[in-house]
Amino acid sequence: MRTRYAREVAVVAFAQSDHQRRTDELSEVEMVMPVLHQVLAATGLKAGEIGFTCSGSSDYLAGRAFSFTMTLDGVGAWPPISESHVETDGAWALYEAWVKIQTGEADTALVYSYGKSSPGSVRDVLTRQLDPYYLAPLWPDSVALAALQAQALIDAGETDEQALAAIGARSRTAAGSNPHAQLSGPVPQGGYQVRPLRTGDCPPIGDGAAAVVLAAGDTARRLCERPAWITGIDHRIEAHGLGLRDLTDSLSTRTAAEHAGLFDAPVDTAELHAPFSSQEVVLRKALGLGDAVAVNPSGGALAANPMMAAGLIRIGEAAARIHRGESRRAVAHATSGPCLQQNLVAVLEGDPS
Amino acid sequence: MTAASPPEVLRAPLVVEFPFTRSLGPVQSAFLTGLREGVVLGVRTSDGRVMVPPAEYDPVTAEEIRELVEVAPTGTVTTWAWNGEPRPQQPLGTPFAWVLVRLDGADTAILHALDAPGPDAVSTGMRVRVRWAAERTGAITDIACFEPCEGRERGSARPHDGVFADPVTGIVAEARLDYTYSPGRAQTAYINALSERRTVGERCPSCHKVYVPPRGACPTCGVATTDRVEVGPAGTVTTFCIVNIKARNLDIEVPYVYAHIALDGAGLALHGRIGGIPYDQVRMGLRVEPVWTDGGRYPDHYRPTGEPDADYDAYKELL
Ligand SMILES: [Zn+2]
Repeated sequence: MRTRYAREVAVVAFAQSDHQRRTDELSEVEMVMPVLHQVLAATGLKAGEIGFTCSGSSDYLAGRAFSFTMTLDGVGAWPPISESHVETDGAWALYEAWVKIQTGEADTALVYSYGKSSPGSVRDVLTRQLDPYYLAPLWPDSVALAALQAQALIDAGETDEQALAAIGARSRTAAGSNPHAQLSGPVPQGGYQVRPLRTGDCPPIGDGAAAVVLAAGDTARRLCERPAWITGIDHRIEAHGLGLRDLTDSLSTRTAAEHAGLFDAPVDTAELHAPFSSQEVVLRKALGLGDAVAVNPSGGALAANPMMAAGLIRIGEAAARIHRGESRRAVAHATSGPCLQQNLVAVLEGDPS
Repeated sequence: MTAASPPEVLRAPLVVEFPFTRSLGPVQSAFLTGLREGVVLGVRTSDGRVMVPPAEYDPVTAEEIRELVEVAPTGTVTTWAWNGEPRPQQPLGTPFAWVLVRLDGADTAILHALDAPGPDAVSTGMRVRVRWAAERTGAITDIACFEPCEGRERGSARPHDGVFADPVTGIVAEARLDYTYSPGRAQTAYINALSERRTVGERCPSCHKVYVPPRGACPTCGVATTDRVEVGPAGTVTTFCIVNIKARNLDIEVPYVYAHIALDGAGLALHGRIGGIPYDQVRMGLRVEPVWTDGGRYPDHYRPTGEPDADYDAYKELL
């Protein structure tokens, strides 16, 4: 297998929680720990044998400062370990861990992320990630901003409400084979949340966690029968101001995909972090995905969207299909910020059989 | 408790409020001061486009941009979304449309609310104008909202020096978020026991250390701690400091002693104030017990038990 990077790095294990509307009986560490145990057990590694640990979460979801320290007890942080944290989706924690392995400072990495949306009102909480001068004082919530994007797509003739409903229905049907999904099977499309988006176009709000183990070269081959090699990974950001961007396209996703080598060869699977049905339309176009590609066979974010974990889960789901021999070459995508502002694209490949 | 019964978990309201004071750069200052004066300013980017609302750096080249222009308070909707159930703190309390509006003379769009009777009265391409707030302070909310209007696009951007008397140089970004906090299984058990004036920890099944207060996991072994253990009530001072600064709203005479206290049976020390003994007589190894006040939800302080001091070897691992 060829790689453009200094070292070959693969996803060798993936685990996630059963995503639920609320998990009041569990503290953050109590929710994360079973997932950590599961992912480590899959590799046979003990916590102390991991070279680097990186997590993703958000203080605004938890409503308290330095909230990520609450879950460090779950990774065996004593005696001291090499550890870092990103205040965003765990997909970016995975990127940091991948860089750490590329530098040769670690051969293995544990990446985990989690979010409990249930303690607060996540639509209001997410307004606090907006520009504080021009946007945040107006409290435009995440559904409202996605709805502006959806209307722009409808006006451009790229989709309509019926096509959007079909995306939600297809996702929730696919989630029928995903035991971790929060929503699966037929779900009423419901009334408008913010027109043109109906309940069925929006992600469920829930709590959940995910974890991935990365390993380099022969270590990956030793830990996993069919490693999911990361043959390309890149992330890009674009202007914060929605009025500066073409909301019907995602240039940052396309640029990241180019740099990750997505367009060098076809993919059979795409795990897209599209919390709103309309965003799948934008991402399919940006990534040039045709009908032959299985898009979100896990159900995607319309079936379970635990904040800060849903992007890492896309990478994990894509890797798991390669582990199971169901995919040869897959693309995984993660997003953060309003209307797909920041995007990460990873290309994962199995060894030729 | 049977395995089937759901655990009783504590819950309490948690409010996070943060009035961040933020300073403005020259361009944002001119824009927000302009709103206070009923004037909408934009900035010209390096490729000649007019950006409203303005930024101080070009979004394409990252060059500093300073050339201010005035645009019209009328514009065209570029996209919209009907908000049938306004949320608290949003610009209008009645159903409204979120809109991106390209003001006449501008090349980019501004986000705000549009006051309209219903979704049938809103469309992309419709003409709207600014409705100014009755009282203006130099904030984006000085635009109360947009409202529909008639008329074609008028005017192009005109140069503006951006100079106003008494410019706005900062904003206070106020926010309040409401949560329902739940401490989870382990800490709920700890807090419930405290209400009976007992202290419970949890033992790690792997290294057998007893954590107080328990958080549900052993940080050394990374495993769940489920075996509940009552510790104390008495304990040993493992280390301490003398506090000489009076904390605001705290009715305690200085100097006083704050100490780490290893409760009997606990695998690590928790902290508390030492009372009932002159501050300069507190020492490592001193045996202490909790003192509860009426209605107190945790020990007010710890006082000497009168027992002989603990041997250093008995607590040196807990320092
Ligand atoms: Zn232990």
